[in-house]
Amino acid sequence: MTQTAKQFFDEMQAYGGNTRAIYQAYDRWLAKVPTQQLVAKRAEAEVLFRRVGITFNVYGEEDGAERLIPFDVIPRMISASEWAHLSKGAVQRVRALNMFLHDIYHDQEIIKAGIVPHSILSNAQYRPEMVGVNVPNQVYAHVAGVDLVRTSESQFYVLEDNLRTPSGVSYMLEDRKMMMRLFPDLFRQYPIAPVEHYPQVLLNNLRSVAQTGVTDPTVVLLSPGAYNSAYFEHAFLAQQMGIELVEGQDLFVRNNAVYMRTTQGPQRVDVIYRRIDDDYLDPLVFKPDSMLGVPGLLSVYRNGGVTLANAVGTGVADDKATYVYVPEMIKFYLGESPILQNVPTYQLSKEDDLAYVLDHLPELVVKEVQGSGGYGMLVGPTASKQEIEEFRLRIVSKPSNYIAQPTLALSTCPTLVEQGIAPRHVDLRPFVLSGKTVSVVPGGLSRVALKEGSLVVNSSQGGGTKDTWVLERDEINIETAQSQMAAQQMNQEVVTC
Amino acid sequence: MLSRTADNLYWMARYIERAENVARVLDVTYHMSLLPSDSSNEADLWNAVLEIAGIRDIYDRTYKEINATNVILHLVMDSENPSSIYSSLRSARENARAVRVAMTTETWENMNTLWLEFGQYIKQDLTQSGLGEFCEWVKSRSHLFRGVCFGTMLRDDAFSFVRLGTFMERADNTARLLDVKYDFLMSQEEASAGAVDYYEWSAVLRSVSAFQAYQKVYSDAIDPLKVSELLVLRHDMPRSLHACYDEIMPIIEQVAGSRQTEARRLAGELHARLHYGKMLDIFKFGLRDFLDEFITANHTLGKEIQRSFLSATV
Repeated sequence: MTQTAKQFFDEMQAYGGNTRAIYQAYDRWLAKVPTQQLVAKRAEAEVLFRRVGITFNVYGEEDGAERLIPFDVIPRMISASEWAHLSKGAVQRVRALNMFLHDIYHDQEIIKAGIVPHSILSNAQYRPEMVGVNVPNQVYAHVAGVDLVRTSESQFYVLEDNLRTPSGVSYMLEDRKMMMRLFPDLFRQYPIAPVEHYPQVLLNNLRSVAQTGVTDPTVVLLSPGAYNSAYFEHAFLAQQMGIELVEGQDLFVRNNAVYMRTTQGPQRVDVIYRRIDDDYLDPLVFKPDSMLGVPGLLSVYRNGGVTLANAVGTGVADDKATYVYVPEMIKFYLGESPILQNVPTYQLSKEDDLAYVLDHLPELVVKEVQGSGGYGMLVGPTASKQEIEEFRLRIVSKPSNYIAQPTLALSTCPTLVEQGIAPRHVDLRPFVLSGKTVSVVPGGLSRVALKEGSLVVNSSQGGGTKDTWVLERDEINIETAQSQMAAQQMNQEVVTC
Repeated sequence: MLSRTADNLYWMARYIERAENVARVLDVTYHMSLLPSDSSNEADLWNAVLEIAGIRDIYDRTYKEINATNVILHLVMDSENPSSIYSSLRSARENARAVRVAMTTETWENMNTLWLEFGQYIKQDLTQSGLGEFCEWVKSRSHLFRGVCFGTMLRDDAFSFVRLGTFMERADNTARLLDVKYDFLMSQEEASAGAVDYYEWSAVLRSVSAFQAYQKVYSDAIDPLKVSELLVLRHDMPRSLHACYDEIMPIIEQVAGSRQTEARRLAGELHARLHYGKMLDIFKFGLRDFLDEFITANHTLGKEIQRSFLSATV
């Protein structure tokens, strides 16, 4: 095993000294397993994933390029106490963001209070069509993916809030299934919180946000279709929830209601879990050339004839330009202080921030405010001089399009790579579900940057996934403490050889 | 269930069945062509294959001469020919891919494997001795397909539409086969010797796996009337028109539920004709005319199924 780089906090080894308590039993197990065996397990997983068809399409690649997201067999663990903190923080954040969305499309108190600037109303993600529209339970972001990163034992940051159509939860579920299949013994040893009920919680929430008066709501999942990069996930979730997976052509609007075309004739649809962006939902209102949407859908929605999850117009709240105000929102709407912190962020629309950022580009990460998926961003420390200069020109031409953040020392987690087991940077996306209540299933999508030194974990940029083990209690078992010494000795041997 | 999903399942099954039927006719014709005969006969033999598939005009656009090599190439590999085995299997898999969530994992994996294995055959020369093995392979994949659906799918609408596709296509194919072959054989009845006749009719039976059934049911010399009866009216012969409609009618009743649709009426009418019909009457009426009418009515039923259940019109 290579020695953990000291400047990064490692989920297993901390700073290279003692193995962290929750990982000790695992570490001892790992020391006994030959790397070859792990490689074989990974190969087995790949075969299974491919057979099931857990693939994604990469935009811009040849038609039919179905790729697997690399799966790493070494889990990322989160202690019970860490999870209590993280989940509470994520729930708090999403509650505030939902209140913000209601406010921004109604009385706009937060603007009147001078906390969020009036200019937010000219944000491209702000949907004037939503002004005054009442959504059931005042829930806008029914599914939110809160991206978290860690920089030390105690420091977590929220990197971004994904409130539009966050994806990745199928990996949380499938990675778990795979790990239970590959390493059943570890599950006997570790009190790992189950995640398999996620689809059930999601379905209950979706049913709970049907319009009033609907007693047995019909819920469907609206997908752009088989050529979308996340189609596997759409199909998977629809199947898990036992609901129809529909495309725009399957739905139509009549008499202020949405129907799907079935072999039994038209059937009324009450709740649409849509995995299509706002822009493509309704060609009569948004992009007129969209073939993915349903003509007239928005009019029915605005009149309360159908529920959309997530609501239209949530993008204004997860925009990177809005991100900086979230801690203030939490105080404003909930009267609480934020449990999770934001990454310190420079807003390049501000002159002082812009000047500082342009002077320090090699140290900073610069992001486009509406970008996603790791496209359109500059990672200063790993970028070439030329890349930095090119990006500088883009920034100067439209500063308000960008924000900048210090390069975070993202934590690493041992990962099986070509050279053996080595530390690689990880992040975490728990999924917060809002309906009558707000909750998080204990787990999430752990993404890992497989390239050495890389801080970009997106699957479109060569990132992989790991199973995330949230522990139900922090004391693993008695045997752990007793053999702690032995484990430490073993570690030292490994490190010095 | 969603009309689009039902449509994909129905066509997936139809295309598989179509590929199987093309393989059956090719296989038997190839064996027939090995019998000693003059060359004009060979052209007639292979022309019948094109007539059964109903693709004579498409064929004529590409090929000048009707011979074994051309017809085999056209019906196995030609992507321009919508009825070729290549086109059918590709369409079947594309339909499957679009609705893989609506089918069981085994069904999907079976469809996927079929397509991957087919890739191996594409590289081989199938115009000669390899054809027999290839046709066997197509048949066995089709058997597997039906088996995996039957053995693993929930008995819901999805299963019904898969079965419906299989039997609608099969009814069409059996009717066409008999139509073309009967016509062809009767037209040269005077000229042909008894032995050739025997081989011709037994080839028809073999192409629908009915040779042994014939022997068992009639234990008699092969006779056009009995062959026709077996393929049209016998309910216990799995590729007969009657057997197909024994499957089709209850499926349509079930998927229609309480709705009174034209599809339901028409299926009932066709079923009644086969269920209560007498072969002698059909012969008096003219088998050819009977089959032509049947093929048209079956086609109309296909359109009604499309309209009522699959095409999502409001």
